[in-house]
Formats: sequence, structure tokens, C-alpha cells
Amino acid sequence: MRNPYRTQKIAFFLLLLATLLIVVPVGLIVVIIIQKGLPAINWQFLSDIPRQGMRAGGIFPAIVGTLYLVTGAIIFALPIGLLTAIYLSEYSKDNTLTRLIRLAIVNLAGVPSVVYGLFGLALFVIFFKFGASILSGSLTLGIMILPVIITASREALESVPHSFREVSLSLGASKWQTIRHIVLPNAIPGILTGTILGLGRAAGETAPILFTVAAFYLPQLPDSIFDQVMALPYHLYVISTQVPNVNEKVRYGTAFVLLALVLCMNLIAVIIRSKFRKKKKW
Amino acid sequence: MRKVKEFIIEKLILLCGLASILFVTLIFLFLLKEGIEVFKSVGFFKFLFGKSWYPISEPPQLGILPLILGSLLVTIGAAVISIPIGIGCAIYIAEIAPQKLKEILKAGIELLAAIPSVVLGFIGMVTLVPLVKSVFHLPTGLTALSGAIMLAFMAMPTIVSIAEDAFYSVPKTYKEGALALGATHWQTIWRVLLPAASSGILAAVMLGIGRVIGETMAVMMITGNAAVIPHSIFVPVRTLTATIAAEMGEAVVGSEHYFALFAIGIVLFVISFAINVTADLFLHKRQ
Amino acid sequence: MVKLETHDLNIWFGPAHVIKQVNVEIQANEILSVIGPSNSGKTTFLRTLNRLNDLSANYKISGKVELERKDIYAFDVELLRRKIGMVFALPLPLPLSIFENVAYGVRVTGIKNKKKLNEKVESALRQGYLWEEVKDRLDESAFKLSGGQQQRLCIARTLAVEPEIVLFDEPCSGLDPISTAKVEDAMVELKKKYTIVLVTNNVKQAARVGDRTAFFLSGELIEIDKTDRIFTAPRDKRTDGYVRGKFG
Repeated sequence: MRNPYRTQKIAFFLLLLATLLIVVPVGLIVVIIIQKGLPAINWQFLSDIPRQGMRAGGIFPAIVGTLYLVTGAIIFALPIGLLTAIYLSEYSKDNTLTRLIRLAIVNLAGVPSVVYGLFGLALFVIFFKFGASILSGSLTLGIMILPVIITASREALESVPHSFREVSLSLGASKWQTIRHIVLPNAIPGILTGTILGLGRAAGETAPILFTVAAFYLPQLPDSIFDQVMALPYHLYVISTQVPNVNEKVRYGTAFVLLALVLCMNLIAVIIRSKFRKKKKW
Repeated sequence: MRKVKEFIIEKLILLCGLASILFVTLIFLFLLKEGIEVFKSVGFFKFLFGKSWYPISEPPQLGILPLILGSLLVTIGAAVISIPIGIGCAIYIAEIAPQKLKEILKAGIELLAAIPSVVLGFIGMVTLVPLVKSVFHLPTGLTALSGAIMLAFMAMPTIVSIAEDAFYSVPKTYKEGALALGATHWQTIWRVLLPAASSGILAAVMLGIGRVIGETMAVMMITGNAAVIPHSIFVPVRTLTATIAAEMGEAVVGSEHYFALFAIGIVLFVISFAINVTADLFLHKRQ
Repeated sequence: MVKLETHDLNIWFGPAHVIKQVNVEIQANEILSVIGPSNSGKTTFLRTLNRLNDLSANYKISGKVELERKDIYAFDVELLRRKIGMVFALPLPLPLSIFENVAYGVRVTGIKNKKKLNEKVESALRQGYLWEEVKDRLDESAFKLSGGQQQRLCIARTLAVEPEIVLFDEPCSGLDPISTAKVEDAMVELKKKYTIVLVTNNVKQAARVGDRTAFFLSGELIEIDKTDRIFTAPRDKRTDGYVRGKFG
């Protein structure tokens, strides 16, 4: 006869194994990158331009480029995303239009990143004639992170108790005043969390910027939003696959800076979220 | 005065509400605008099922079957690896792990989701690729197998987190009922929780696969990029996504090659659309 | 003088017919108590008067509600809600300081003058019998007050807008007897200046503070009369049963 407790023991062991198969490699990846990347980091690496065909020198232009792109993406995506979230949480009724909007957001979240790249190329670079530029790249990244911002902001808005809205309206405030003075201020931590997660996503993506902005090698900083820039993720791709005989230190260093940037943003988002949960008064 | 201001703001909010629909439509229209040319010149079926992809030969041969098979091979490989492991991990986190450990594991999964794909591709190149090469005694480690392993890894966060939610949304009474009847914890999980959470798990799997099909950078860096029909998992392949990413830089705007890359984009868009709509249906059925 | 009246008022939430053919006249400066078992439509009736039900998606109304002979749907809704204030069942302070809670309704009318705000807040808190207890801690979060204080803060907040009518929706349901007595005292005092509609599950409370009392059952207005009469010689035996049932 089969012993159910033995079966359970075996099953639980296999489940633990599955979990370890995911979590241990994650830990290893982070450890490897820190171990091999950290020694490459010094002031010169962060502040110098790439030299000797990107085999030495620093990654300053790529860092700056990524910061520009991320900033541009958020300037575009935050207002639209936030207003969409307000629409969905405060104004929309349960009808076909709302279902369509929801479906559109789900699909925006699922479109492959390289397809965003194609779209950005066709619409911004060619159709609007922005060329390969910070503007095109930021807009493309902005549309890509829109679903992240909408979903997080909407959740934050909807978690503000309904009774607050009723109280405000019963005191003679208009719907917009209620949103502006009561709902939004109490949803800000959640909105901030979503925005920062979106930023992290934008900073790490490569495919959407391949044809819309990223420069293979461009040692000077951009003068306007119509210039190309280097970007960290694309730079890492280039020195990993396109340029032979790159010093391992340079590669790991670049991977480290990119990973640190993205993880820092995620960490900040997590901290805001947990602080807010503790402070919540209702 | 205030009324006018609020009227404008509310119209603006409605307009932004429509923005997502606008963007999805725009994406599709612009892919179509640039890509439809190929369906006309090459023919729809010849494009999809043509066996040769030589975009810069004279005349160019634009059949994407090798690319579709490349994507399919890598995706199936990734699914075979990631589905059991991912669901297993979700069960472990949702049902077995103690609270403290649960938090740590979830943070680990979130961390994985946050790592940029180009970083994973880089790490795959320096660790996984040589490993595959030496274990299987292959001439190169840049193979479909390496890609499948890497992609399985990248699909995990999606599968684990959505499947985990599916387990949480099973009413507590189901579990308590089964336990009260004397079933072991594992019997309860296997016979009660898994079936009850099945539509959510299915959605998790689909979205995980959607992630795999759409993944670009990591797969481009470690699958070897040979656009030929693969006959085993131990050879280099090229996926749909990698083809676009690798070749668009060289394609001349307005050339047939350029249009063909957009047509691949259409194929990817349609696949991801279908996957996301179906997964969404499953998720809604659950609620 | 008739302040507020309904004519053949019917209300539906989806298929549910929750208020049926209700005709009521509410006099200026009276306290009208509305009693009845739960789900009798009392709260729905109350929320109709300041159009708060409008927020519900499947809400349908027929008949008429008039404030001083003017249809409430002819008013600008924000103005109407300023004229008809409301105090909710549970103390619901906004996540603001004590001062800002009371000032909120005044601020949204566009008044920014600090001195004027101070005056209005103080006067409202005095009317709500809360001033002495909070005057030194106006900048603290309203959530730091006790439940009874919070409810009096909510009353003060409603009064700060200077309404003509105040709707109380079971205002003491979450309060202890001492806090309840304080709220009731406040209501009787407020009657001099305001018209009050009080929905309550507590029949004794209706008897204590109401000038007139209305009895609702399953969405119908069964009887409305002087409070004494409702409690001593009601015309309808269902009213009798309800008030006695609660007594005995």
C-alpha cells in the first residue's frame, strides 16, 4: 500500500527543489556580477568616455544617455498613465468601452519589446521624421511602460476608501476637487511605486531603443532631444557581442552599473511601498 | 470659471482613458502599413511557410519558416522546463513555505523579474553557453537548448507570480474541507487546490509563454542566430524576435527586407495579442 | 414652513424597488426622526435628499424631491450638498488634521483667507461641542481623536459649510452611551438653527430627540406624526408593533 505521508514527503521535496532551481541561480547571477563587476568600478570608469574601440575607458555617455531616455519616457508616460488610471478608477462605468480600454492595456503590456522598437521606428523616426533621437526613443519607451504605470496607479487610487469620496462630495466638493484633494494625495505612494518600477523597466530595455535612438559609439553628450545617445543596455549588448576582445572587466563593470541602476529603482519602490503600508491610517 | 476648468480636466481624463486603445491601434496600423507590402509581393503563405530566409541575396528569399521553427523550438523547450518548475515553485511559496521564507522567496522572484534581459543574456553567454558546450560535447554552446534554458528562467517570474495568485484566490473553505476529511496536505494540494486554481494556472502558463515568444535580447545573444530550419535542439537557431533586432539596423528603409521585418512584427503582434486576450479570459473566468 | 418635501418618490437599485411612493413634508427647524427595521429604506431615503445616491451605477429615481419648492435636480449639485449637509453612521474623518477636516468644506468653496477659515473652524467646533477638547491640538491627525470625538468632529465639519438642513444617518451607532448623549444634546441645540433629519435604529433615541417621527417598512412610509403620537397612539398597528417590540 502506498503511504500518503511518504508521498507527501517526496512531493514537498520536489517542490522545494523546483523553488531552489529558480532562486539559487538568481542569487548566483547577482553575486557573480557584483564579484566581477565591482572591482571594475572606479571614478574613471563612471566619468570617462569609452576608449580604444570601447575596449577600455569608461561608460559615462551611456549612463547619461540612459538617464535622458528614462527621464523622457517618464515625462511622457506619467501624465497619460496617471490620467488613464484616474479615468478607470473614478469615471469609467462597467461598459464595453471600459472593457476595451482594459483589453488594450493588457495587450500593451504583452507586446514584445522588439515590436515596440519597430513601432517607434515607423511612427516616430520615419513618419514624424524625428529621426533616431532621444525624442523617438523616449516616446517608444514611454508607451512601453504605460501599462506598468496605469496598473499600479489604478490600484493605488482604488485602495483609497470609497467613504472618503462620499464625505468629500457630501461637503459640497465637486468630483474633481474630491479627486484632487482627497483621492490623489492618499494614492501618491502607490503611484510613485508604480512609476519607479516603470523607470526601472525603461532603463533596462534594449530592443525598443535599438532602432529609435541608441548609438553604437558616440563619445560626446547630446545637445538636444533630436540627437542620438548611447545607452547602457545597448552598450552592454555591443561590447558583449559586436566588439571582439573586450576586457572582461569592462563588460562586467557595465553589467554591474546597469543592474545596480535597475535594482536601486526597484529597491526604492519596495521601500516606499512597505513604508506606506505601515503608515496607513484606515 | 472653476466649472470650465473642471470640464476641461474631465475631458482630458477621458481622452487619456482612450490613449491605450489609440496606442494599440497605432502599433497595429503602423506595423501593417510597413509590413503589408511583403504579403502582397511574396504572398501570405509563401512568406509564412517559405523555407529560406536570405533577405540580402539577389533576389531576396523571404520565407520565415526557419524563424518560426526556431522560435517554436526554443519556446517549447522553455515551456517544458519552466511550467513544472514554475508551478512547483508557486505551490511551494503559496502553500508550504513558512511566512519569513515566503517573503524572501518572493523577493528573489521579483529580483529575477527586474534583471534586464540584456544582463541575463550576458550572463548566459559567459556561464550557460560554455556549460552547454562542454556537457553535451558540442562544437558551440550557442544553441536552441541554451536559449530554451535561459528563456525558461525568464518566464519563471510571470508563471510563479500569477500561479501563486491563483492558489490564493481558491476559497479557504475548499482546503479546510479536504483537510477535515483526513486528506494529507499534499493530497489536498493535488486533488483540491490544483484543479480549483486550474484556469489561473493556465493563464500563468500562457502569459509565461507570451513572455518567451516576445523575448529578444537574451535569446539573440545566446542562440547562435543561424536562420536555417533546425533539426535538433543542439544546433544554433534564430528566432522571430532576434531576426528583427539583428537585421533592422542594416535593412535599407523601403527595401523588401525592411518590409519583411515589419511583417515579422505583425506575426509577433498577432501571436501576443491572441495569447493575452485568451489569458485574460481565463483570468476573468476565475473571478 | 415646509423646508423639504418629496412627492411620489420611488427608487430602484437595479431590479430592487427600495423606496415606494413616499410623500413627506419636512418643516423648517424641526427634528424628524426616521425609524424602521434594517433594509426598510431609511438610509436610501436620506441619501436621496442630498443626491448621494447619484453615485451608484444602477440607481433610478421617479417622483420629485423639492428644497423650498425647487426640484433638487434643478440645483447645482455641489450647492445642494452645501445646503443639505450629512453626518454618516460611522465617524469618517478625512486623512487630514483636525483643523483641515473642518476647513475642508469651506476651502472647496474657494475661501483661502486664513483668518476667515480660523473663524469658521472655531465656530463650527464650538457648535459641535468639541472646541474645548481640541483647541490646542488642531494640527494633529483627526484619527488620534476618540470615536465620540471623531463623530462630533464630523458634525462640526458638516456645520462649517453652514448648511440649512443636516441629515444624520444613524450617527450614534458606533458610540458609547456617554458620547451618544453628547451627540444628542448637540442635535437638540442645532435645531434652533437647522432643520434635521435623523435616521436611527434606536427607537429610544427617536423618542428622545424627534419632534416628529416617520416609520418606514419595506420601502414604504407607514406613518408620520408627532413623536408623542407615534409612541403612544399610532394609527397603524405595524408602527405599534415596531415601537413596542423595541421597548419590550
